[in-house]
Amino acid sequence: MTGAPTRPDAAGRFGPYGGRYVPEALIAALDELTAAYEKAMTDDAFQAEFHRLLRDYAGRPSMLYDAERFSEAVGARVLLKREDLNHTGAHKINNVIGQALLARRMGKTRVIAETGAGQHGVATATAAALFGLECLVYMGEVDTERQSLNVARMRLLGASVVPVTSGSRTLKDAMNEAFRDWVTNVDTTHYVIGSVGGPHPFPAMVRDFASVIGTEARAQCLELMQRLPDAVVACVGGGSNAMGIFHAFVPDESVALHGFEAGGDGIETGRHAATLTGGSPGVLHGARSYVLQDEDGQTKESHSISAGLDYPGVGPEHAWLHDIGRATYASVTDAEAMEAFRLLCRTEGIIPAIETAHALAGAQRVASQLGPDSVILVNLSGRGDKDVATAGRWFGVLDQ
Amino acid sequence: MNAATARDVTSSGEVYRTARAEGRAALVGYLPAGFPSYDGCVAALLAMVAAGVDVVEIGLPYSDPVLDGPTIQVAAEQALRNGTRTVDVLRTVEAVARTGAAVLVMTYWNPVLQFGVERFATALRDAGGCGLITPDLIPDEAADWLSAAESADLDRVFLVAPSSSDERIRQTTAECRGWVYAASTMGVTGARAQTSAIAPALVERVRSATDLPVGVGLGVSNGSQAAEIASYADGVIVGSAFVRQVLEADSENAGAAAAGRLAAELAEGVRRQH
Ligand SMILES: Cc1ncc(COP(=O)(O)O)c(C=O)c1O
Repeated sequence: MTGAPTRPDAAGRFGPYGGRYVPEALIAALDELTAAYEKAMTDDAFQAEFHRLLRDYAGRPSMLYDAERFSEAVGARVLLKREDLNHTGAHKINNVIGQALLARRMGKTRVIAETGAGQHGVATATAAALFGLECLVYMGEVDTERQSLNVARMRLLGASVVPVTSGSRTLKDAMNEAFRDWVTNVDTTHYVIGSVGGPHPFPAMVRDFASVIGTEARAQCLELMQRLPDAVVACVGGGSNAMGIFHAFVPDESVALHGFEAGGDGIETGRHAATLTGGSPGVLHGARSYVLQDEDGQTKESHSISAGLDYPGVGPEHAWLHDIGRATYASVTDAEAMEAFRLLCRTEGIIPAIETAHALAGAQRVASQLGPDSVILVNLSGRGDKDVATAGRWFGVLDQ
Repeated sequence: MNAATARDVTSSGEVYRTARAEGRAALVGYLPAGFPSYDGCVAALLAMVAAGVDVVEIGLPYSDPVLDGPTIQVAAEQALRNGTRTVDVLRTVEAVARTGAAVLVMTYWNPVLQFGVERFATALRDAGGCGLITPDLIPDEAADWLSAAESADLDRVFLVAPSSSDERIRQTTAECRGWVYAASTMGVTGARAQTSAIAPALVERVRSATDLPVGVGLGVSNGSQAAEIASYADGVIVGSAFVRQVLEADSENAGAAAAGRLAAELAEGVRRQH
C-alpha cells in the first residue's frame, strides 16, 4: 500500500494513534524536546556527530549476513541484519546516542531510562558514561532477576539501577516509575525512552534514530542482490527495532513487513504480551495505541519469557501500520521462540537475544509461506549473553 | 439513579463562590473509590463532608497512576484488589452527592475512554457528580470530553503546573469550567513537610489569565499549611494526607473518624484570618 504517512501530524498522531496523554507538568519539556529534535534533524553538525559516533563508537554499519545454514533449515534465503554486533550488543544504542546528544544540547545533566531486558538500560548507562551524565535506570524487580548480567553491566558503567516493586514488577511498572521521576526532576533530567512509545515526539524521534538500521539494510540488499527482499521481519516489544528496520521499506510496496509479538504461553491462555494481536485501542504511557486491558481500561499484566517483549503496550506507529494493513503482526509463543533460538545457535554459531528469537521463529513461518525462492530480511536485534541463564534452564544444559 | 436530578447537582463553581462570600477558601478533599473498601470509602467521605470538606474528589483507581506517589498508589492498588469497577466509582459519587457536596471524579483518561466518553459523562451527571479532574488529559487531547461535558453540563478541571508557560496557562484555563487545579510543585502526589514557595507565583499567573477560582494541591497535610495556601488561593486540595489517615487506622470506623478529624483541622485552617 502506498500513502502510509511516515511523519506524524502536528499533534504527533499517526492516524488516530499517538498524541500526548501526559500531565501538564511535562508539556514544556516535551515542547523543548520536540524543538531540539526538529532542529537536530536538519542540522548538519548534529547529523555529522551522530553518524560519527554510530560509526566510530557503536561500530556501524552493522553487517548484513547471508545465513546459509539457517536458510537451508527454514526453506528460504534469510539475511540477518547484525544489530547484535553493535557496541553494547543490541539495536538500542542507535536511539540512545541520538537522545544523549539531544540531552546534552538541551543542557540536561541527568538521564533516566526504563528497561526490560536491560539492553536499553545498558545503552543509556554507556552513553551517560561517554557524555559524563548522571544516569538512573528503573527496572522491574522480576527483570533485575532474569537479566542480572545487565544489572551488573549498568552498575559497572556507573549508573544507579532501581528495582521497581509495584504492579507486575516488569517493564510497564519501570516505565511508570520513570515518568514519576521525570515529572519531579524535569528541569535537569532527560527521560531516554527506549522504544517507539510514549508521548509525542518520542515515537517519531526514536524511530528516526533507529531507522539507520533499515536504511543500511536496504542499501546492503541492493548491493548484494540488486533487488529488495520479499519480506522484512522483526520482533515487536515497544517496537523500536521493528520500526527501525521497517521505516526505509514502508514505501516499497513489494516488500511485506512482518512484526512478531510475544505469545507467551499462547494467546488463548491469556498469558502473553501480544498487544496488537490480543489487545484493543486505548491510552497507556502517554500515547493512544493498542493496549492489553480489561473492560474497564485497567492494564492487564503481560507474560513472556522475554523481558524485552514483556510489555502490554506498543508504539502508535505500529498500531497505525496494523490498522491500514501495511504491516502484518502475529505472535510467537515462548516455546516456538526457544526452538528458533536453538536453531540459530546450532546452524550459524550465533546466540541471539530471546527477544530476537521471536523474529527468527517468525521468519521460519514466513519462509514456509513464501517458499524457497524468497528472500527474508530479519533484524537480529541483539545478542543472547544476557539470556544464557534462562536459555540454559530452558534446555537443561546447566549443571546443578 | 434516583437521588439526583439535573436540578439539584451542586457545581464546584457554586461552592467556591459561597466560600469566597464567606471570606475563606474552599476545602477540597480526595479519596480513591473502593479504598479501604466500598463502604469504608463512603463512610470516610461522609465524615469528611460533615467536618467541612466543600468539594469532594473521588479518585477512579487505575493500574498505572503515573502522577501519584506511593501513598495513593497503595490505596489505588488496594481498591483494585477489592474488585472496584468503574460502576462502583459512580455509585460512590451518588452516595456522597446526596449530602449536597460538590462531587468530582479525578481520573486518568483510559478508564473513561473505555467506558465511553459520552456514556461516562451522562452516568456521572445521573449520579449527581458535577465534573471531572483529568491529570493526564490536557485540553489539546480533550475534544471528545469537552463536547460530552458541554452536553451533560459538567465541570472540567484541567491542571496547570509551575512549568506551564503563560500561553499554555491561558489556553488551558480557557477550557476549564468550575475552577483551575494548580499543581503547587513539580512532582507526584504525596504529603510534604513544607508547602511550595513557587505556588503563589503560579496562582498569580493563573489569575492574570482567568477569573475562575484556583485550587492549589499536591502536598498539603495540616491546618497551618491549609491556612497558608488559603491566604492566596481560592481552594486548598488535600489528597494523600486523607489517604494516610485511612491507611494507618486500625479499622474502617477509625479511618473514617481520623479522616473526619483531619477535615475539621483543615476546615479551621481555610477559615483562619490573616
Ligand atoms: C535485543 C532486543 N530486541 C528487541 C527488544 C524489544 O524492544 P523493541 O520492540 O523496542 O525493539 C529488546 C528490548 O529490550 C531487546 O533488548
